[in-house]
Parts: sequence; C-alpha cells; structure tokens
Amino acid sequence: MDLTVRLAGESGDGVILAGEILTYALSRMGLKIFTFRTYPSSIRGGQCMYQIRASDWHAYSQGDTLDLLVAFDTEAASSNLKDLKPDGGVIFDQDRIPRDDPTLPKRALGAPFTSIAKNELSFPKARNIIIAAYAAGTIGISETIMKEVITGKLGSRGEAVLNKNISATELGFKLVPKEEIRTLPTGETNKIVLSGNQAIVLGAIAAGCRFYGGYPITPASDILELLSDLLPGVGGRVFQGEDEITSIGAAIGASYAGTKAMTATSGPGFSLMTEMIGMASMAEIPVVIVDAQRGGPSTGLPTKTEQSDLNQAMFGGHGDVPRIVLAPGSVEDCFYQTIRAFNLAERYQLPVILLTDQSLAQCTEGVPLPDIDNLQIVNREKANLVDEGKFRRYAVTDNGVSPISTPGEIRGEYVAESAEHDERGRVNFTTNAHSQMTAKRFRKLETAERELADDPLNFTEVDDREAKLAVMGWGSTQAAIHEAVLKSKEKRIRVKWLQCKLLSPLPRKKINTFLEGVDHVVVPELNYTSQFANLLRMNFAIEPILITKTEGMPFTPGEIIRKIEELA
Amino acid sequence: MTTPGIGEYRSDYNPSWCPGCGDYGVLKSIEMAFHELALLPEQVVVVSGIGCNGRFPHGFTTYGFHTLHGRVLPIAQGISMAKPRLSIVGISGDGDAFAIGGGHLPHAARRNPDLACIVLDNGIYAQTKGQPSPTTSLGVKTKASPTGNQEDPIDISQLALAYHVSFLARGFPGKPNHLAHLIAEGIKHRGFALIHVLNPCPTFHDTWKEYSAKISEIGPEYDATDLEAARKLLEEKDKIPIGVIVKQDRPTQEERAEIAPDSSSDIKSIFASFR
Repeated sequence: MDLTVRLAGESGDGVILAGEILTYALSRMGLKIFTFRTYPSSIRGGQCMYQIRASDWHAYSQGDTLDLLVAFDTEAASSNLKDLKPDGGVIFDQDRIPRDDPTLPKRALGAPFTSIAKNELSFPKARNIIIAAYAAGTIGISETIMKEVITGKLGSRGEAVLNKNISATELGFKLVPKEEIRTLPTGETNKIVLSGNQAIVLGAIAAGCRFYGGYPITPASDILELLSDLLPGVGGRVFQGEDEITSIGAAIGASYAGTKAMTATSGPGFSLMTEMIGMASMAEIPVVIVDAQRGGPSTGLPTKTEQSDLNQAMFGGHGDVPRIVLAPGSVEDCFYQTIRAFNLAERYQLPVILLTDQSLAQCTEGVPLPDIDNLQIVNREKANLVDEGKFRRYAVTDNGVSPISTPGEIRGEYVAESAEHDERGRVNFTTNAHSQMTAKRFRKLETAERELADDPLNFTEVDDREAKLAVMGWGSTQAAIHEAVLKSKEKRIRVKWLQCKLLSPLPRKKINTFLEGVDHVVVPELNYTSQFANLLRMNFAIEPILITKTEGMPFTPGEIIRKIEELA
Repeated sequence: MTTPGIGEYRSDYNPSWCPGCGDYGVLKSIEMAFHELALLPEQVVVVSGIGCNGRFPHGFTTYGFHTLHGRVLPIAQGISMAKPRLSIVGISGDGDAFAIGGGHLPHAARRNPDLACIVLDNGIYAQTKGQPSPTTSLGVKTKASPTGNQEDPIDISQLALAYHVSFLARGFPGKPNHLAHLIAEGIKHRGFALIHVLNPCPTFHDTWKEYSAKISEIGPEYDATDLEAARKLLEEKDKIPIGVIVKQDRPTQEERAEIAPDSSSDIKSIFASFR
C-alpha cells in the first residue's frame, strides 16, 4: 500500500484543514505518513495545496505522482492533473467543474459539494469536510476514525460547529458510490502526528527551554504561536519582540540569567540576528536559533522552500565566530536535534543554529511517541564559587569550556563581555588576550568535534562498502534522497548515502571513512550556489557532482534517481 | 545579612573617561543609589550598550552585561523576564538609546518591564570622537558636521513622555546627591523607569556651564502622576527642570504575564494531544 493524495484549491476554502484531517486519520489507521504543503503568501486568495503520502512500507518523502487528486475548483484541477498517475483518480466539485469536462481522467468522482453544503447542511463552510469525508470513503478510512479526528481538531470551536462538521462527515461518506468504497486494513498505532515546527516546539519543551523570544515570520511563526500556547503551562515565558534583534537579544538575556532560551526565524530575520549571534559566541552564552529557511535573498519567496542559508549559518557575521550548526532531516529528527541543540549550547556555551526549511517545517509525519522520561538532558557546568572577587568567568581551560555563574549567585559576579576580554571578563584589547581567548573559544568546537565524533545523531545513512557511487546531502532533502537510494538499490545499483546533521563542527573522521574508495559523490541541494558541496570541497579533496534546484519546491525522489541511474 | 557599605559596590576597575566627564558623577550616583536601597551586589545586573557608557558594568562589584550598540533594552528585558527579582539597571547613551537603539524604547515603555534605564545624554558621539548624535543641537560644529549640524535634535524627555513611560526623571551629574536619589527612585519604581541624564562632555560638547546655569530642581508641589503637568514642565524654555517628571502605577510586564490563566500542564499530556 503506497498512496499519494493531493488536495488543491483556493486559499480560504479549508484545503489545509481537510488535508490535516485526512493525515491524522491515515496515521491513526496505522500507516506511515508524510505530507507537504504550499500556500500563497496572501491571507486569502490564490491556490494552495496539501499533499499526503501514506504507506505501509515507508513514506520518506511526499512522493512523485498522484494516485488521487482532490480538486476544490477548476484551477486546482487544471494545474494539478498533469501530476496524476495514468490510472489515478480525481475527486471534484460538480458545482465548479462540469461532469463532462474533457480534461478529467477516467476515474473522476464527485458530487455537487457546494450546493450540498449550502442546501442539505445549511452550513456552506463545511464544504471542505464533506469533500474530506468523501475522499476518506474512497481511500478506505473508517468513518469512526474520521469522526474521532474531527472531534479532536474542531472540538474547541463549540458544540454547534462540531455537530455541523460531524453531519458533514456523515454526508460525505453517504455520497460515495458503493463501487468506490474501499476499506484499508487498520492497525492502530501510538504515533503522534507532527510538523517539523511542532516537533521543534516539543523538543524545546522536553530539553528544558523556558524562554522563547520570537518575531512573526513565515515559515517560522508556528513556533511562536505554539509556544505561546504551551510554554506558560510548563512555567516558561514567550516574548514577542519588536524585531528579530530584540527577540534574540531577549533570549540571550534570559539565558545569561540562567534560563534555557530559544528564538526562531527565517532568512531575513536570521540576517538581522547575525550580530547578536556573534555576541553570544563572544560572551559565551548558550542560545538556540532556529532558521526555517525560505527561498531567495531579500524578501525572496516567503512561502517556498530552499536551502540557501547554509553559508550564513556557517559563516555569517564579522570576526571569527565559533558556533554549532545542526540540520535535522525529518520531523522526528527535528525533535531529537532540537534537544541536542540545547544540550550542545549548554555544554559548550555558544550559539547553536538549527537549520530547517519551509518543506520540513510545515510537512507532517507520524512520529513514534518519544520516551520523555529517558531523554538525556545536559545543563551548563556551574562554577564552584569560593573566593570573593576572584571568579574567572572566562577561565582558560583545556577543553575551552569555562564554568559559569548565574545572576543571584553570591561570589559569582562578573560582566558578560561583548568586547574582547581577559579571564575575569575585563575588557582587554592586547594581542595576547585576543589570540588566547579566540583560541579558547574555538577549542570548544575542537572539543565538540572530538566528543561528538561517534554520536548517532550526526548522520542518517545507507551504507554499501562496495559502492563507488555515493550521495551526500543535508537537511530536509533526506526524505527524497533516502527513497531514491532505496529504489536504486532495488534496481541493483551499488550506491551509498550519507545525510549530514552536524555541519559545524563537521564530523570529518566519519566523512573521510565514508569517502574512501568512492569515485563519484552526488550532492543534491536546494540552492543555486551548491553551498554544501562547497563545504565538502573546502574540507575534503573531492569534486562533487551537483544537483541543484531553485524552484521553491523540494526534490522528488525521481529527480535524484535519474542522476543515480545516469552515473551507475 | 548585613547591608553592604557604600564602598562595597565599586570594583577595583577605574574607567578611563576624560577629565571632567559627567560619567564620573553618574558612576558615583549609581553607587550611592545602590547603597540607599541596600541592594545586594549579587542581586544587581548593570547592562550597558556601546559608547562611553559601555564600561559602567566593570565599575561595580555586581553582575553586568556589556552588550552591543543600541541593545541594552532587548538584553535587559530578557534578564528581567527570566529573573524578575533582580534589580536591573541599564546604562545607555543618546546615540545608543535614541539612534541605533531608538526602535526599542516605545516597546519597552508599553510592556513596562521592571527595570531602570539611565540614558547619558551628552549630545554627541563621544567615544568615536565627536560626530553629531540625535540630540546634538542644530548648527553645532563637529568633525562630521564641519559647517554646523543640519538636523533638528530630539528631546529625550519629551519623547519618553510621548512613549508613555511609567517613570521619567531628569538629572544632572553636577548634582550627584540629587541624581543618586532619582536613580534610586527609578530602581525602586515597579515598571520601566527612564532616567534622562544631562551629561556634559568636556572634550567634544561641553555643556557644564549651560546646564549649571539653567537647571532647577522640581519643587515638592509638583504632581508626577499628572501627565498634563509633565507636558507643561517639559515645555519650559528658560529653565531645565530636574527631578521626577512622571510616576505612574501600571502593571509591569511580569504582572501582566501572571494574569494569563493558569494552564499548568505536564509535558506528557502535551505530547499526547498530538495523537
């Protein structure tokens, strides 16, 4: 069983909600799910789409071609029919698209959903729920599960609204012609359904984050909104700054005061935060910065995906700025890499940047419920405060880490210093101080590379010792690459793959081992300037074969398979 | 626990400001204010920006944070939200607080965090050796305005009043005891306190004589809760009134957060809600 469904329609028609309900229901039926969505940047108007891949085998990516298209209107049909499989079906609203429209495929199902919502339900807004239920019936989702999910999603909107939507569900199922009713095998699971952004929020809460500073920006605003809902309940605070500088500044201030803190943004906001990231690195204050990348420089493509902030995350800012950069590859990874980001920020007292992108931030996957009682949580090393006035906040140590104090602690008084300083934190512009302290701060990264060398969270891989062909990627491309590699292996192509999650410090030992005996390294990434391939060129004697894409959309597995087959 | 003596707030660090700089008086006044309030050094955080104000935190035995240019308020608000019981004193300048950091002030005013911010207004960029700042008067010749400053200055106190800060005071380092008391009042005030210091810069913009001639202490009959009175006071042309100009009781940022309904939840139930 491997099903790809796309819902498309006008923004404001409830396409996304319909898609989310189907996703939750498919996950409850025990299927592995992966979703992808787009939406126009205007509040209402413009086409948006929600794509669901459901499989009992694996669903690492959003899939290539569609088994089912749910077209809310004419434009949704005309612009998406090209992606339908030859035997794929369409569900359409007969009030919007004539039944005899010649562009419709053989398997075209539907009903006059608009007039049914208006006349039979007297609730035109629930048209999307009728369509979702109709689609559920043809896919084989049980009516009971659909009702459970709808109650969970819409229960908070009041009894009257919920009842209308339950009636809409019943109506939708009734409309499905008998010969089109399917039944999926049910194997209910204990998975939770999360988007990348939601997984980051839960990871942050589990890691002990109790302060969030944020500023609204697509596609990171979900993090601000969800934390505003959840963080006060666990004793935390959410602060919406007047800009991104304020948001990260407050996070750094809160962390200085002893509270684990995070901010999240996208490219434009990240640019504004750059000076503050340098300060956190200089003053050695732990802070986690999420950059949910979007397309292009400047305002760019706010609602589209791209991986073009890698250079900025790795190298952005004036001066030599040690920082740790992580890039999760899946929704589940977002959860664990966020916890890791806090742990590393605390352990090494520096900024940790977590790079996602629109496609990962807003896609949803079923994730096994984490065992939160057994997570490893790291806290900053506290200084032993014995002597009055002698505390060396920036003590030069072998591993670079200097034990820290927190305001309120007696004998721990010091000045967190953004200018170059000596061990006690006093401003010091001598050449000795600068060379000694720069080396001390970078020693933390060297320590990190050593201590993290064998961390299983560094990579996701498919190994093949005989393979001369290798694929290396980073971040959200994991889904498409993983599937492409597995499908190539089914065709008996010798290929191996390494997805890098820890980008600074780069785990060079393992990558060197991976590259031994390899003739070709294919590097797919969603940017124009092949930023990750350049990072590999800088660190390893290789000349990667590039697959770059700047369409604002993720890779499909097919795009990568074609390159693998070409080189095999 | 014994109250720290007056000398116990000053560190062994001696800032190297120019002879005659108003900052020396302000440093002394802050020390006196800490003593007046009997604050414990470990409960105090002095947060500075960039400019001649930057070195202030090192002058004290308290905690401190020397931040970036213009960013005293973002950092100070973060500290305040994480540890509301600390006494937080921001030190900024006219360039720091009203040019590069000017966007932060109205928002701090409307949130009303429980912290005091002292703005040392010397009407010049002094640390970079004399360029016009947002408070430099029209026509003043500086290295970067050789034919005279072509821009109108802003009045920090007027702007703070317009931003609706809950506490506004104006002081002068030539009156260190008076200034110390204003700073103490600002720290004590529950909410955001802005203390505007008319601070002469003998090297690049010497206003000692002008200020000494024009300042006058606000009398006891003045009602700082009356915003109309504050407006009139700040429009005086012949004199520069110093003292507490505005003092209003408004919920602080912390108190507003506590108004939020008690939604205490355990982490496991949060996770389960995503099923």
